[in-house]
Amino acid sequence: MADQTLPIPGSLGEEQQRAGMLEWLHSWVVTVDHKKLGILYIVYALFFLLVAGAEAIAMRIQLAVPNNHFLSPELFNEFFTMHGTTMVFLVGMTIIFGIGNYLVPLMIGARDMAFPRLNAFSFWLSAFGGLFLYFSFIGGFGLYGMGSAPDVTWWAYAPLTAKAFTPGHNTDYWAIALIVMGFGTLGAAINILATAFSMRCRGMTLMRMPLFVWLMVVTSGLTLITITPLTAAQVMLVIDRFLGGHFFDAQAGGAPVVWMHFFWIFGHPEVYVLILPAFGITSEVIPVFSRKAIFGYPAMVAASVGIAFVSTTVWAHHMFTVGMTSVGNTFFVLSTMMVGIPTGIKIFNWIATMWGGKIRFATPMLFCTAFLFQFLCAGLTGIMLSVAPWDWQLHNSYFVIAHFHYTLTGSFVFCIFAAIYYWYPKVTGRMLSETLGKWHFWLFLIGFHVTFDTMHFVGILGMPRSIYTYEADRGWNALNMVISLGGFIQAIAVLIFAWNLIYAYLRGKEAGNDPWDAWTLEWSTPSPPPAYNFAADPVVRSRRPLWDIKHPQDPDWKYER
Amino acid sequence: MSTVPVSAVPIFADENWRLPSRGRVGMLSLIVGESAIFTIFVVAYIYYIGRSLTGPSPKILDVPIFNTVCLLSSSITIILAEHAIKHGFMWRFAAWWALTMALGIEFLVGTGIEWKDLIVNQHFTISTNLFGTTFYSLVGLHATHVVVGMVGLSLVMLFTLTGRVKQEHAERIEVLALYWHFVDAVWVVVFTVVYIVGR
Repeated sequence: MADQTLPIPGSLGEEQQRAGMLEWLHSWVVTVDHKKLGILYIVYALFFLLVAGAEAIAMRIQLAVPNNHFLSPELFNEFFTMHGTTMVFLVGMTIIFGIGNYLVPLMIGARDMAFPRLNAFSFWLSAFGGLFLYFSFIGGFGLYGMGSAPDVTWWAYAPLTAKAFTPGHNTDYWAIALIVMGFGTLGAAINILATAFSMRCRGMTLMRMPLFVWLMVVTSGLTLITITPLTAAQVMLVIDRFLGGHFFDAQAGGAPVVWMHFFWIFGHPEVYVLILPAFGITSEVIPVFSRKAIFGYPAMVAASVGIAFVSTTVWAHHMFTVGMTSVGNTFFVLSTMMVGIPTGIKIFNWIATMWGGKIRFATPMLFCTAFLFQFLCAGLTGIMLSVAPWDWQLHNSYFVIAHFHYTLTGSFVFCIFAAIYYWYPKVTGRMLSETLGKWHFWLFLIGFHVTFDTMHFVGILGMPRSIYTYEADRGWNALNMVISLGGFIQAIAVLIFAWNLIYAYLRGKEAGNDPWDAWTLEWSTPSPPPAYNFAADPVVRSRRPLWDIKHPQDPDWKYER
Repeated sequence: MSTVPVSAVPIFADENWRLPSRGRVGMLSLIVGESAIFTIFVVAYIYYIGRSLTGPSPKILDVPIFNTVCLLSSSITIILAEHAIKHGFMWRFAAWWALTMALGIEFLVGTGIEWKDLIVNQHFTISTNLFGTTFYSLVGLHATHVVVGMVGLSLVMLFTLTGRVKQEHAERIEVLALYWHFVDAVWVVVFTVVYIVGR
């Protein structure tokens, strides 16, 4: 844990120091405190963000020039499988539940999660699932060859995953790691729901909860019904691989298409599981830095629930090229386009919140503003891809890659960065450097656009995804070089960010309780908050309890209905 | 605005501040998640009915009526146990709880006998054909849940016999009973799909 020091007086002997160190480590291993577990989740996710980022950079080096031999084809397959799996499960899922773990009890005025021990159990399940996944690089016959890491892509279509086509244990590592992590995630989601419904402080009615808490509730509810189908499908895969079952075995009457359905019933809502907390973060950051209450709070809540519902009916838009009936195609085209309505409501509400506000462009606000633009673009390419004939042309091309990196990097990761800049002072008591933050923001923004804007073009020019190299006469050379350069710019930005995190922890400016002049309950506690969070149980009378305290002559509860 | 006297401002009623029980919310969430798992397995089962390329067909199954009656009536006995502990009748609680466990064990034993007959006498296993794969995984998934429920029930029984379970634990018992009701309700679906629709 780089972000925790132990106050050891200089007079202590070496042995006592070691004992203190052990005690400190022990306290992190056995902790059931939601704040410590939240930090564990986040540090774990940030570590894997670097790992999966390094994998992406290796792939970009391989693809920068045609006929390159930087990575072998096998290793390239392993890297894009691990990059996708890591980013979605080990980075995305863990960081949202980490931030949720840390903030939900603080925001609703509770002293801990509803089930602290389940909380610790969920974290360690997720953690060991991730370590198990990465053990595949050295496990099995790994050390003697290229490693036996999963290499069947992160959606792992049958029948490629059948024993006959992927012998060895690559796919087994993938399936079992995801089953274990799936149970961890399920536990975390149950915990968030029980906390938000049963642990609120006095006066914190559902319609007074901060939007971040609302979005975590919606995400957790969605997690309950989306992660579990994946777990079920993985169990089927394990039965096929270990017990000789025939679920996805076409030679015994099974249908590989069934796997595609089951996977995308999970896979598409999963994107919303990731992006909804990002919406929550934006909904906290934009009002504070625009000095206005959020515009249209009830509409925001309704739109979030609406997105969750619609997102469960769109999965087969990943499968237009499989050959569904025209009725099926039409249904999924229309349901996919419907997602645009609630997300549009949200975008307009955020803009309306900023409209006429006294905007401060601190680093968190910069990231959220960029998020607004990039999420809009991601939504527009999403509408393009939802049109089945368009999808038939561009399915499995780099255009699709560009689209979902716009949602996951351009929107999700940008919001995560915003969240870290915004709440880091609360978690550590120190401010992140604004100068480094601006460097991080601008470099990451430029790198992001250089990489992923260009990817749209190379996709329209016909470059398919998941290929480890290409011929020089395809007209993709210059574009691929540009994409790779953008990747390096992003990598530099992330390293600046990592340095900022470490440097601010050691030398950062003292933050105080409420550095942003914010309005939600977590800012009423000391930074970092004590183990018990609140010395006295808070009482809330409006959506902005700290505004009420700071402006007793003009409190919110006079106007809120 | 300044004319509104402070006392006239509607302040929420402190004494009415009630929140749902966290145990119940947690268990209901778990049940929603588990339902999704079962839905996937049930959908796979229904989709694959009649798609096996080789025999045997679902005709070889015997309808486990006695098993079903036992499992479903265990839902009634556990309700009676819940009532007993709510009103503090600990011995009555222990008796109904033991009966619930007995019915659950009967169900597991019955399933074991059914499976033994299929596997040993009829040489029908999970890898025989598509029907075998879907049958054993769906019924096995349910049986796994019964086993997990039995572990929970046994722990409560153990603590009841050592006198650790008291009237104030009625709510926790209720939460565990929710899970048991869920396991029973799922059996209604599994039974319908496997032994009525699928056969």
